[in-house]
Amino acid sequence: MSQPNRRQTKLEPWQDPNEEPYVRIDGVTKKFGDFTAVDDISLNIYRGELFALLGGSGCGKTTLLRMLAGFEQPTEGHIYIDGVDMSEIPPYERPVNMMFQSYALFPHMTVEQNVGFGLRQDRVPGPELRHRVDEALELVKLGHLKRRKPHQLSGGQRQRVALARSLVKRPKLLLLDEPLAALDRKLREETQFELVNIQEQVGITFVMVTHDQEEAMTMSTRIAVMDAGWLVQLGTPAEIYEYPRSKFVAEFIGQVNLFEGLVVEDQADHVLIQSEATGSDLHISHAGSVPVGTRVWVAVRPEKMALSLEPPGVEQNVARGTVDEIAYLGNLSIYLVRLESGTIVRVTSPNLTRVTEMPITWEDDVYITWPNYAGVVITQ
Amino acid sequence: MRRSGFLFTALAFGYAFLYVPILLLIIYSFNESRLVTVWSGWSTRWYGELLQNDQMLSAAGLSLRIAAVTATFAVALGTIAGLTLARFGRFRGRTLFSGMITAPLVMPEVITGLSLLLLFVSMEQLIGWPGGRGATTITIAHITFATAYVAVIVQSRLVGLDESVEEAALDLGAKPAKVFFVITLPIISPALIAGWLLAFTLSLDDLVIASFVSGPGSSTLPMVIFSSVRLGVTPEVNALATVIIVIVTTGILTAGVIMSRHERRRQRDRQLAEGGADGEPARAT
Repeated sequence: MSQPNRRQTKLEPWQDPNEEPYVRIDGVTKKFGDFTAVDDISLNIYRGELFALLGGSGCGKTTLLRMLAGFEQPTEGHIYIDGVDMSEIPPYERPVNMMFQSYALFPHMTVEQNVGFGLRQDRVPGPELRHRVDEALELVKLGHLKRRKPHQLSGGQRQRVALARSLVKRPKLLLLDEPLAALDRKLREETQFELVNIQEQVGITFVMVTHDQEEAMTMSTRIAVMDAGWLVQLGTPAEIYEYPRSKFVAEFIGQVNLFEGLVVEDQADHVLIQSEATGSDLHISHAGSVPVGTRVWVAVRPEKMALSLEPPGVEQNVARGTVDEIAYLGNLSIYLVRLESGTIVRVTSPNLTRVTEMPITWEDDVYITWPNYAGVVITQ
Repeated sequence: MRRSGFLFTALAFGYAFLYVPILLLIIYSFNESRLVTVWSGWSTRWYGELLQNDQMLSAAGLSLRIAAVTATFAVALGTIAGLTLARFGRFRGRTLFSGMITAPLVMPEVITGLSLLLLFVSMEQLIGWPGGRGATTITIAHITFATAYVAVIVQSRLVGLDESVEEAALDLGAKPAKVFFVITLPIISPALIAGWLLAFTLSLDDLVIASFVSGPGSSTLPMVIFSSVRLGVTPEVNALATVIIVIVTTGILTAGVIMSRHERRRQRDRQLAEGGADGEPARAT
């Protein structure tokens, strides 16, 4: 999982206990009839963050975003933006703007009129309005198309108009609902970086909803993973990837191998787990205390595993199997290995050297090994 | 070969069935004879007589006035009804409201006409308004059923309209009433125009309801035509019908030309949009 956009990593306001949260979501629940869309969520978002709400469809992420915008009212709980309780404030008076998934451009207005709409509502005088519209269109590199109507634009251009329109009022908070979902793959990758650059230029706090874990990983400062209305895990992309706290998060973010097992040793510096799936004991050097006798899962990412034809000469963190499938992707290869217990293990290995003949091939008996720090104990 | 021959015959018969009567009517409007069914030579005599026929002309004028007022009121009321159905979610009594809005669409005209007549009579007795029956009562009756058609058209257009467009306007600081007038109304304006034209045509066309609720001295054009036909078809009616057909055809052709031009422009725009380097950081020109 690449993270090429990492801004200054020392800038982590959520680590600083003196920092005031900019957006405070406090015990928010939203019910539609009997259905609970958002279930008692509390989280803080800090100034300048690019915060991602990540989850599958129906997990409540969009409902939460719409409550920030004011289109839905929380059934319980409160939302504070910059210290102000938003409960009684209608959408048209909130210091928040939203970029819609469908872009929601006004079809009967030109690009210029679309972008200027919000400023006209605030009665910004003519010359300043024109200047700010030009500035916003310049930011998204669309200055030359301002007289066009939305139906005269391509998908990517419409997306930029929508972005310019939501940025031009300089909101305290910009909400993005699946901002890249309607673009094709190549354009999406380019736009990811551009959105991050624009966010850094304007310095506005972004909250983004997405179902695409790669998008959330590459773009955001922190991710809130949601499932069935719950906040499942909150953390930086690296925290969420390296230390998933539940099976759901481990499987949702990237690829993972899960081995079920029984805790047999719980020491200060390590945990030992007996697993029928691997036939060996799993040694984890960094787990917190887990009581002996607990049934747990151990999650190991495919890229942290290594394959060898020779016995590695270790007793722990090793599994034996035969190669079932190989997928050659150019930069790396994916091996699916069937263990004696029937479990399929996915191993990815980078193709560091130029190989025309694979050293490991179908039906080979192989050993899979991984270091002590690779596994993560998951109890839920 | 056989199949296409069959299709061609079917097409020819279909068109003949639809248009031969109209063609005959137009031809006979130029008949010299007083008898509609006996051909005695070409003449424009009946067009001249039509222009002299004050009863016919004033009926046409009344019909047009009623149709215009009906269409305007029906669009206003129908838009409100359609908006309520499409945008206010599930309020108490929504099903009843929706059913009652659309009921006039399926109600036999005789029943609508009769019940409205009873209503007007009892209202006159109770509150003294409307005084007698005439153009006012016809207009009210027409608004009643035309509103239903407009409501259905507006509702279906609003359902097709992406609600987030309205939300975006709210989000950008426009109050709900302003959103309606600045965003919703312009976007659904084609539906409003279509609704207006439909209401206009329905009102112009109506004979049954108008017959029930009209009074002395307020005969609409269909009523005059119908009663004169009962006394025997005169070539004058043919001439009037031809005039109406010419007007309608011109209207449809004009609309068609405007729409095809619009469509061509849209297509050009779309090519422009796709040609313009999709999403690539565009060079300033």
